Parts: sequence; structure tokens; C-alpha cells
Amino acid sequence: MAVYILVKFIKAGITLWLILTLAFFASRVSGNAIDFIMPEGGTAEAKAALTRYYGLDASWGTQYLAYFGKLLRGEMGTSFHFRQPVAELYAGRFPATLRLCGLSMLLSFAVAVPLGILAAIRRKAFSGFLIQAGAFLGYAVPNFVLAILLLLVFSFHFRIFPSGGSDTWRHYVMPVAALSSTLIASLVRFSRSAMLDVLSQDYIRTARAKGVSEFSVISIHGLRNALITVVTVVGLQVAGLVSGAVVVESVFSWPGMGELLVFAAIKRDYPLLQSGVVLVGSVVILINFIVDIAYAVIDPAIGKGA
Amino acid sequence: MPTTENSRTLHAMKVRYRSPSHPLSLLAKATPASKVCMGLLLLFVILAVFAPVIAPHSPSAQKLLYRLRPPVGMERAVSGYILGTDELGRDILSRCLYALRVSMGLAFLGSLIGAFIGGGLGLLSGLGGKWADTAIMGFVDAQIAIPFTLIAVFIVAVAGSGLHVLVAVLGIAYWEQYARLIRAQTLGLKESLFVTASRSMGAGSLRVALSHIAPNVVSPLIVMFTLNFSNIVLLESTLSFLGLGVQPPTASLGSMIGQGRDYMADAWWLVASPSFFVVAIALVILLLGDWLREALDVKTS
Repeated sequence: MAVYILVKFIKAGITLWLILTLAFFASRVSGNAIDFIMPEGGTAEAKAALTRYYGLDASWGTQYLAYFGKLLRGEMGTSFHFRQPVAELYAGRFPATLRLCGLSMLLSFAVAVPLGILAAIRRKAFSGFLIQAGAFLGYAVPNFVLAILLLLVFSFHFRIFPSGGSDTWRHYVMPVAALSSTLIASLVRFSRSAMLDVLSQDYIRTARAKGVSEFSVISIHGLRNALITVVTVVGLQVAGLVSGAVVVESVFSWPGMGELLVFAAIKRDYPLLQSGVVLVGSVVILINFIVDIAYAVIDPAIGKGA
Repeated sequence: MPTTENSRTLHAMKVRYRSPSHPLSLLAKATPASKVCMGLLLLFVILAVFAPVIAPHSPSAQKLLYRLRPPVGMERAVSGYILGTDELGRDILSRCLYALRVSMGLAFLGSLIGAFIGGGLGLLSGLGGKWADTAIMGFVDAQIAIPFTLIAVFIVAVAGSGLHVLVAVLGIAYWEQYARLIRAQTLGLKESLFVTASRSMGAGSLRVALSHIAPNVVSPLIVMFTLNFSNIVLLESTLSFLGLGVQPPTASLGSMIGQGRDYMADAWWLVASPSFFVVAIALVILLLGDWLREALDVKTS
């Protein structure tokens, strides 16, 4: 168990280091960032002063070390555009993203698992086909298309839900729905195939042969075993969910990290962008790490395997 | 993303040993639904390839008198503009056809690049020894852990939003899935009797890779390529929608939706047609991939 956690920890550390390094070098090979923030008609001296101010005159090696030193102290630089510490900007936006992703995760799980199991039980019935078809459709509709469709119908036509912001529960409905759809679609397919897999096992036949009621077969013997597979998959969906959040936030002007990231990318605000990628990446890695540990606690066989 | 995402196709495929089936024997297994999908895909390809012939107008021809006109059959519609016009009076149908061409072309290039990079690295990982394996799998783990939209947004912001950058981004989007697939297959096949026999007769790694491993991974590779193609169409449209993909005057389906967004409160048809095309292509190819998986009997776990 201790070895397993250590291995996972080292892996997470290496991944994090890879992200940090790639983020550092990628934003420096692209030419001089100073050009983007210089006002038009600035003199060469002003440019040199700005370059010095942002520490961009040192060698890459020095900058690389300074970058890690600053990160360790929690300093992530100043946004070119907002002239504000990047850490502050993201700290204010983190809760909104967390709420959006958390709610979507909960909703997806609550909706998808029952539907997937129903689709497995009613595999040959029309309802099973309908769920399966819906899952395929949900998978093929990208988040932003659904977001646009929801906006058209519920904001512009019926005027039920507001098109942006995050103040009341009404603001949550459309972003959460748009973000959840893909996750619901893939979880439905996963829980369906997990359940089908479980239902074809020998112990299910044994249970049926013993005369266990169909309800107990499904809920006690089937569901519990299928859930293990489904829960394993949920951890892997976190990265996808955050990817979706970036898009959904920018459609609904959701005051989260994703919206700020897209803004930073379009404005080429490198400190903002670089720290954002690093921050979000770290959070996802941390969540994955916690999920890995949780599996080992739930299922001791995993911990011994590593 | 969308969403189109790393974690979307997270089925790791099990190792299978079988000779690749003949394409014609595949057609015999076609279900009615898969036939419809094949027909639709063919239609989309024809529309994309012959867009310049089929399109009633030039995609960039502006008629400022006919701005924001709705599709045929509605009030204020102009005949000859079946799907209506956009904010500059350009024909939406023609723009959709050209955008279809751009989107499908980019997705195809991206899928090919991903398959080559991922497949090659997967082979290297499986055959190249411990260090190569550890290093490549480290990158695989990193890519799985990071939301790909972040990587894409970052690369585009840094390298600029040229078409070649976009193709590169689409190319690296799903390489790790190919790498994992090919590595798993290679590790399994490496221990098989026919590879051992071939090795004992003096075959080197390259020969083993080309004449024993490659033919055996064709089926799962085709399935993965198809499923990823669908994902890459969605990814390209997402990036272009955000303004980080295809740039004007070229239009892709995603960028049409992104630009139409500003007018959609009054003119829903600006976003409706390209949205329909994106979903239709993604769905058709997804269903085809799913059918192929069953027809080629590629087991997923």
C-alpha cells in the first residue's frame, strides 16, 4: 500500500514537472511577449526597461530556476492585461469552476447510472434502444453546440434562464446541463456495458437459480459489482470535464478559470495563460491522485498489484 | 472536447490475434443502420469534395442588401438562398459546404498524424526496451492527466492560429490512445509463438514490427481511427468556435457557429445549419466506428 501510494505520488510529481517545464519553454519559444504589451510607438529603451522589469533579459536557465523558485513561494507573476497578480485573479475564480464541475459530476452520476442500468436490463426493449440512441447523440453533440441551443431556446425564445453570470440558481441550469451532457452520454454507455458484463457472470446465474428475486439480482448482485467499474471510470473523466468547462464557461460568461484562460489565450497574456494551465493541470493531477488512493483504500487488491 | 476529449475513448483494447478480414466480408455484416451511416458519410464526403461545384454561391460573396435573411419558406426569405444569409449577406448553404470541406479535411489530416505518431511511439514503447517504454508512457500519463483543451488553447496562443498549427494540435490530441493501443498489442504479440519463431530465425525488431505486429493491429487501429475522427471533428469545431482555430476569411463549421453567436438572438439560422452539420458528421462517424468495432470483433474493456 505504501509503495503503491509512493509510486502514484512520484508519477503525479513527474507529470506536474512535465507540465511546468513545457509551459515554461512553450511560452518562451514564441518570440518576445513584450511586443504584445508595448504600446504602439514605444521606444527601444522603454522596451528594454519592460523586458528587465519582467525578468525576460536573463538567460533561459536562470529564468527557468527563477520560475520554479517563484512557484514554490506561490508567486505566479502579474497579468499583462489586468496588471494584477495572477494568483489573485485565479483564486477569485476557482470556486465558480469548482461549483460548475462538481454539480455537473453529481448530476451526471445521478442521471447516467440509472439510465445505463435500465438500458442494460431492457437491452432488447424499445426503452433500451432509446437510451442507447440518446447516449450516442449526447456524445456527438459538442458542449458548445448544446450551450448555443439552450441559449436560443431558453434565453432568447422563452426567456426563462439568463444567458450569462452565476448569481442565482437560474444561472446554473444551462451551464450545468451543457457541461454534463457529454459526461452523461459516456457514463450511460459505460454503466450499460459494465452491467451487461456483470449480468453475464456465473454468480448472477447462480443467484437466479437459487430463486433470488429479479430485483435483488439486479440491485444487490448486479448493481454493486457494476458500480465498481463505473466509479473507476469517473476519475478518468475529470480531465474531460475540465476541458468542457473551459468551453462552457466562455459561452455563458461564467466567472470561472476557464473563461479567464480563453481570454488570456486570445489576448496572449502569457503569465495569465501559463499559470492558468499550470494551476488547472495541478488541480486535475491532484484529484486523480486522490482518486487513485481512494481506489486502493476501497479495493485492497489494487494496492497490492502495484 | 469537446469536449472532445482524451477521456472520451478510454476503452483500452484487448489483445486479439487474427488475420485482418477482407473489406468485402465486412460489408456482408453491415446492419441497416450502418448502411445508412455509410451512405451519409459518402454524401458528406461528396459534398465536401465537390463543394465548389455544388455551392450555389461563392462562400465569400457578399450581398449587403440581403443581410441576415432567414431560410427559404420564412418571411423575408430570398429565393436562391436556401439556408438564409449571414450578417454580411453571404449564402449560408455555400459557406456550410466549404466549411464542411475545411472541417473534414483538417480532421482527416489530424487523425492521420495522430495515428502515425501514436502508433510509432506505441511500437517503440512495446519493442524498444525499458527506458523507451518508461519515457513514452510518462508522456502518455501526462497527456491523460491534463485536460486537452488547455494544451490546445496554450499551443494556439503561443504558436499562433495558422492552419498548420491547428493540424498539429489536432494531430497530438489523441496520439496517446494509439500509443497505448499499439503498445498493449505489441506486448501481447511479442510473446506469441510466431514472433518467437521468427526471432529464432534471425528476424530483427524492424522485421517483427512490420511483418508480424503491423498486420495484427490493423483492425483495432481502424476502429480507433474512426472513433477518434469523430472526436477530432468535435475538437476542431470547439477550437474554431472559441476563435482559436480556423481564422477568417476561411470558415470551418465551428468558426461559423462562433461568429454567428453574436447575431443569434435575432437570426438563429446563422448557428443552426453549421451546428447541424457538426453533430451529423460526428454522429455518423461515431456510429460507424461503433459498428466497425462489432463487425471487426475488436474487444473493448
